Amino acid sequence: MSRSATTGSCRLSVEQVSSGYGGTTIVQDVSLDVPGGALTILVGPNGCGKSTLLKTMARVLPTSRGRILLDGRPVHETPTREVARRLALLPQGPVAPEGLRVRELVAQGRYPHQSLMRQWSREDARAVEQAMEAADVAQFADRPVSDLSGGQRQRCWIAMVLAQETDIILLDEPTTFLDLKVQVELLQLLRRIAHEEGRTLVIVLHELNVAAAFADLLVMMKGGRLVAQGPVGTAFTSEALRQVFGLEANVVPDPVSGRPVCVPVVSAGFALAAQ
Amino acid sequence: MTTGVLPRHRSLVWAGPAAGIALLLLAFGWHISVGAKTIPLPTVAEALVAYDSSVFDHVVIVDLRLPRAVFAVLVGAALSVAGALMQGVTRNPLAEPGLLGLLIGASFAVVIVVGVFDLASPALMPLVAALGALVAAVAVWGIATAAPGGATPLTLVLAGAAVTAFLGALVTVANLLDEQTFEELRVWLTGSLAGRRIEVMWWALPWLASGLAVALATARQVTALAMGEETAVGLGMNVGRLKALVLFAVIALTASAVAIAGPMGFVGLVVPHAVRLFVGQDYRLVVPWSAIAGAGYLLLVDIAARMALAPVEISTGLVTALLGAPIFVWLVRARL
Repeated sequence: MSRSATTGSCRLSVEQVSSGYGGTTIVQDVSLDVPGGALTILVGPNGCGKSTLLKTMARVLPTSRGRILLDGRPVHETPTREVARRLALLPQGPVAPEGLRVRELVAQGRYPHQSLMRQWSREDARAVEQAMEAADVAQFADRPVSDLSGGQRQRCWIAMVLAQETDIILLDEPTTFLDLKVQVELLQLLRRIAHEEGRTLVIVLHELNVAAAFADLLVMMKGGRLVAQGPVGTAFTSEALRQVFGLEANVVPDPVSGRPVCVPVVSAGFALAAQ
Repeated sequence: MTTGVLPRHRSLVWAGPAAGIALLLLAFGWHISVGAKTIPLPTVAEALVAYDSSVFDHVVIVDLRLPRAVFAVLVGAALSVAGALMQGVTRNPLAEPGLLGLLIGASFAVVIVVGVFDLASPALMPLVAALGALVAAVAVWGIATAAPGGATPLTLVLAGAAVTAFLGALVTVANLLDEQTFEELRVWLTGSLAGRRIEVMWWALPWLASGLAVALATARQVTALAMGEETAVGLGMNVGRLKALVLFAVIALTASAVAIAGPMGFVGLVVPHAVRLFVGQDYRLVVPWSAIAGAGYLLLVDIAARMALAPVEISTGLVTALLGAPIFVWLVRARL
C-alpha cells in the first residue's frame, strides 16, 4: 500500500493529553512527538499510565484533554477505518479463539482494506503471505494458534498487525510472560521492521534492560506524567532509574554494543526497589 | 477460512456448501415422508413439484407436513445462528439463547400477553417475544456486569441461570393459576413444532430474515470481535455499533424462533460448536453453516420426536435436550 517511508519525520504526536478510565484521570498532560521509522519504547512502573497512553493514542480510550495528531489530523475525529489503514494496534495479552489457524488470524489484519463487497483480493493474499514471512510464522500457517508456544503465538499477532500494512504500529507489552531469549528475538524482529521497512513503532515494555538495548527513543513515565525522554544514552541513567522506578542501580555500558545496562544494587545496606 | 484464504482447489470450494444443501434437502424430504402414514419420497417430491389436490397424500403433505418441516428449518437455522453470534461476541463457548435467558424471557412475555391479557394475535407474537428476549438479555448482561470481575463467561452463565430460574418459576405460577388458558400453551412451552399456526410463521419471517441478513453482514467483524474488543478497534471496527447490530440479530432470530415453536433449548449451543469442528473459527463460514446445520439438525430431531414412541409424539423441544445434552458432552470431551 502507500507506505512512504518518511524516516525521521514525525507523523504521530501527542499534544497535552490527559486520559483515563471512566472518571479517573490516569495520564496527565503528556506531550510527545513520535519519531518516524524508529523504535519508541515507553517504560515506567506499574500503573504509571504507559498502557493508558498507548490505548489513547490508538483511540481505544478517549482523551479528556488535549489531542493525538496522526498526519496532522486528530485521531479521535478521523473515521476509525481510515485510522486503521495508517495505525495498527497489538493489544496486551490478546487471546485467539480456540482453534483459529495462524493464517486466519493474520488475515484479520486485512479488515481495514476490505469492504462488504470486496472481501478478499489478491492484494490481501499477498499481504498475508508477506506478513507471515516477515514475522517468521509461515511454517505454522495452517496450525491452530493455540497449539503454539508463547513466543510463536506473539509472532503470529505481530504478523497480523504487519498484514494491516500501516506505517505506524503500537504494541502494548508484547513480551510479557516470555523468556528473555524470546523477548530479545521479538525485539530484534521489531527493530528490523522499524529500521529496514521504515515503519514507526511505539512499544510499551516492562523489561528495562531490553528497553535500553533496543530503544531509539526512550520515554519514561511516572504517575501519569512523562518524566524523561531521549536517546537511551542520555535518558537511561541511574539518576532517572532512581527517580522513576525508585530503583537503586548502576548503569554500565554493554561491553559489546556500548549501550547502557542497568545493574540493580544488591550489596548490604541497599534494598532492591526500595520505595 | 482454510477455504476462504487462497483456495488451492477452486472447484472444491463449492463442493462443501453443495453437499450441505443436498443433505438438508434430503432431510427435508425424509421429514415430510415420516408420519402416521409413511409416504414414499418420490410422492413427496411429486406433491411439492406438481401438486394435485385430488390425491389424498398430496393434501396431507402440503397442508399438514410441509408447514411443520418449514418450521423446523426456520427455527433450527434461527437458533443456531443466534447461538453462534452470541458465542463469538461474548467470547463465551456456553453462550446460547437458552443458557443466557433469552428463550425464557421471550416465552415469559408471550405467556403474559397470551395467557393473562388474552391477546393471541399472530402479528403480535414475534414483537412480544422480541421485547421479552431483549429485557432478559439486558437483565442478564446487567447482572453479569455488576458482578465483581465484570461480564465474564462464568458470571454471564450464572446470571442466565438465575434469570431463567426466576422467569421459569413465574411461568409455572401463571400456568398453575389458570390451567384452562394454559392448556394450549403448555405444549408450546416445551418447544413444539406440532399444530403451530401458519400465520405466526408469516409474521415471524421478516424478523428472521432481517436477523439472518444482519448476521451474515456482520459475520466478518464477529470473527475479529471474538479476538477481543481492543483488537477490533485497532482493526478499524466501530465496536459499539457492531455490538448493537449483533444484539438486534440475536434478539430477532430468537424471537422468531420462540414465536413459531416456543423455547427450544440446546440447538443454539450444540450446532455452532459442531460446525466449528469442520469449518474453523471464521464467522463468514460459521454463520451460514450454522444456519444449514441447524435446520438439518432440527429436522432430524423432529423426525426422532415423531418416530421414537410412535404413534405418541414427544415434544420436539424435549428431544432437542435429550439428544443435545449427550452430543454436547461428547463435544466437550472431544474438543472444547
